[in-house]
Amino acid sequence: MLKIIGTRLNQGMRTTPWPKKPVTLAASYRGLPRLNDQCDAAIIGQCAEQCPQQAIDAAAKTIDLGRCVFCGDCAGDFVRFTNDFRLGCAARSDLITAGDLPDLASRAKEQWRKLFGRSLQIRQVSAGGCNACEADTNVLGTPFFDLSRFGIDFVASPRHADALHVTGPISKNMKSALLDTYAAMPEPKAVIAAGCCAISGGPFYGSEEIIGDLNSLIPVDLYIPGCPPHPMSTLHALVTFFKGRAER
Amino acid sequence: MADFLQIENGQALPLAAVPTIGLARFARLIRDFTQSGGAIVQFFAHQEQARPNCHRLYAVTRGSGLFALATEVDGDFPSLTLAAGAKFAMFEREIAEQYGIKPTGHPWLKPLRRHDRDYEYFTVKGEGVHEVGVGPVHAGIIEPGHFRFQCAGEEVLHLEIRLGYQHRGLERLFTTAPRGRLPIIAESIAGDTAIGHSLCFCQAIEAMAGIEVDAAASSARVIALELERLANHVGDLGALSGDVAFAPPAAYFGRIRGEFLNLLLLMSGNRFGKSLVRPGGVGQALGPMQFDAILEKIAELRPQLKQVCDLLFTAHTVTARFERAGLVNREIAERLGLVGPCARASGLEYDAREFFPSECYATLPGNVLGLTQGDVLSRALVRRDEIFHSLNLVETLAQAAADCQAAADWRACSPAPEHLVVTVNEGWRGEISHCLITDAAGRIARYKIKDPSFHNWMGLAMALRGQGISDFPLCNKSFNLSYCGFDL
Repeated sequence: MLKIIGTRLNQGMRTTPWPKKPVTLAASYRGLPRLNDQCDAAIIGQCAEQCPQQAIDAAAKTIDLGRCVFCGDCAGDFVRFTNDFRLGCAARSDLITAGDLPDLASRAKEQWRKLFGRSLQIRQVSAGGCNACEADTNVLGTPFFDLSRFGIDFVASPRHADALHVTGPISKNMKSALLDTYAAMPEPKAVIAAGCCAISGGPFYGSEEIIGDLNSLIPVDLYIPGCPPHPMSTLHALVTFFKGRAER
Repeated sequence: MADFLQIENGQALPLAAVPTIGLARFARLIRDFTQSGGAIVQFFAHQEQARPNCHRLYAVTRGSGLFALATEVDGDFPSLTLAAGAKFAMFEREIAEQYGIKPTGHPWLKPLRRHDRDYEYFTVKGEGVHEVGVGPVHAGIIEPGHFRFQCAGEEVLHLEIRLGYQHRGLERLFTTAPRGRLPIIAESIAGDTAIGHSLCFCQAIEAMAGIEVDAAASSARVIALELERLANHVGDLGALSGDVAFAPPAAYFGRIRGEFLNLLLLMSGNRFGKSLVRPGGVGQALGPMQFDAILEKIAELRPQLKQVCDLLFTAHTVTARFERAGLVNREIAERLGLVGPCARASGLEYDAREFFPSECYATLPGNVLGLTQGDVLSRALVRRDEIFHSLNLVETLAQAAADCQAAADWRACSPAPEHLVVTVNEGWRGEISHCLITDAAGRIARYKIKDPSFHNWMGLAMALRGQGISDFPLCNKSFNLSYCGFDL
């Protein structure tokens, strides 16, 4: 018992002060990219051509965060990755950007904020993918992020869930289990596509074994880009979209 | 042994150099080799485009070295699982599923990853015997898989694990996707092993195209692989603690795991180290900014880890649950061909870092095994010992680290035509191996991936025999296997 208390004192309090205080991630973290529309067209063309995910549109000078894996191959004069983790969007088209994402808090449905603003129960389904998204969703339960202080919890049964959080490119082998889970949830239900796999198939696009777009199966309400999304991106998106908190 | 070709880890050799012998002799040699303690690293089929009716079977085995051997079959072939034992079972099911050629006499020939064919579960019948099915969607935030328990009361008589839910068609994707995307795919074979798998991929490309990696980059890669091991082992100890409802260490380990992920983020911009390892070296320049921060963090975390490990392993309520739970003795571990910490916990001494050192591992000290009685406690203690060993390795390397530059663009490289390369690395779950075969134009004709979980899932199933079903989460976590690494 004394040992437990001793360790507790030694380990101290570790929870992030966010959202009361802003949090700055390491400068090396590749978050929201900002695009330079004054950049030389040849460089833009090269970035578009070299992008392993074909996420850059050279003519429109935009990047598709639903396809991007944030690998940094394009980082340079045209694309500059900032350490801004606020990446959540309410519409697929918002993810195609030059670096300014719309305010997520203003996109949430009023009805949902009333229903889920104080308590949000989420069912997670892993549908293909590489388990990095799942791992970085799981850490929201660790003391640092401490998701439940916002009244948000991941639950075991779809019957208890208000929202469905899907990761992975939806392998063909997971399609029916995913649809069954969705069908088992009571209305109204929100759907969250987390990670570039669930949004666009991610690195696996083109494979015959995947569906590659969650929105083609069930209507998606919230997109969280990343490969995987940083836990702060997920935390920010959930709190902002469902609780309408001021962004930080 | 004379028939086998001894090969080096990460050495490209002409396909024609791999001895191809008659099927009967192949089967006999492989059987004798594995029955005298040899293990299988790779066993797979390849169908050359020019000869659609012929399948070449490649076997890469390990004993004191790595050995390669091949044979050709034009259809079904006699099962090696039947002749030589269970360590072939998964490999032969994979061959049958991928190429439609059957290992005749295979005692457990069922679909491996595909779900578009019938699958019959083994059932136990009798009074009081009942069946429990779990998954594919589990209660927590976990990958999908289906577990079918045959129980008498609380006791598990048999557990069958059906996987394939995460199947993304990766091996084929390696032969069809544009070159620039391949490192991204390699990092997404299993995201928690992004460094391990991308090392195997990059070493294969480097061997094929004759790309040199300088010592500084090689050392940075090893630091990254050890940080990956640290993050996962620390996370596993926390999860084990959580599964016996001892909350404090679960919380502390969970937080400390994040500190290691943040070190990977510092090196690569990604918490899983994605985009860090690239053919030719590392994806971005590294210097004192990263290495000093790593040293500082390790100095801070080492006493914390000591304290939390002490809290966990001196709690009698914890050791009472860990001890003799999920027992896999040395004989069974050897027969199933288990690898990694789970195998070492059962007394098998194999560690690819020592046996087939890649990068700069040959210059680093090995680890000494502690308790190896094959239960949950041993699997936890092996992880604890490996954590402190890895901390030492990272510290040694980071102290001596030199600045390294980002690798040059490798996409224009020309891999040797009609060559084969096998790469082996000790990931945190155990032996990872990739095998790349090029065609006459130097394109990837066959890409074979083996995650350590491919060997170890059967070990988990065996560990559950005779256990209370309520101990499943604990046993499962003590193995912590990869679904996506298996499903590919």
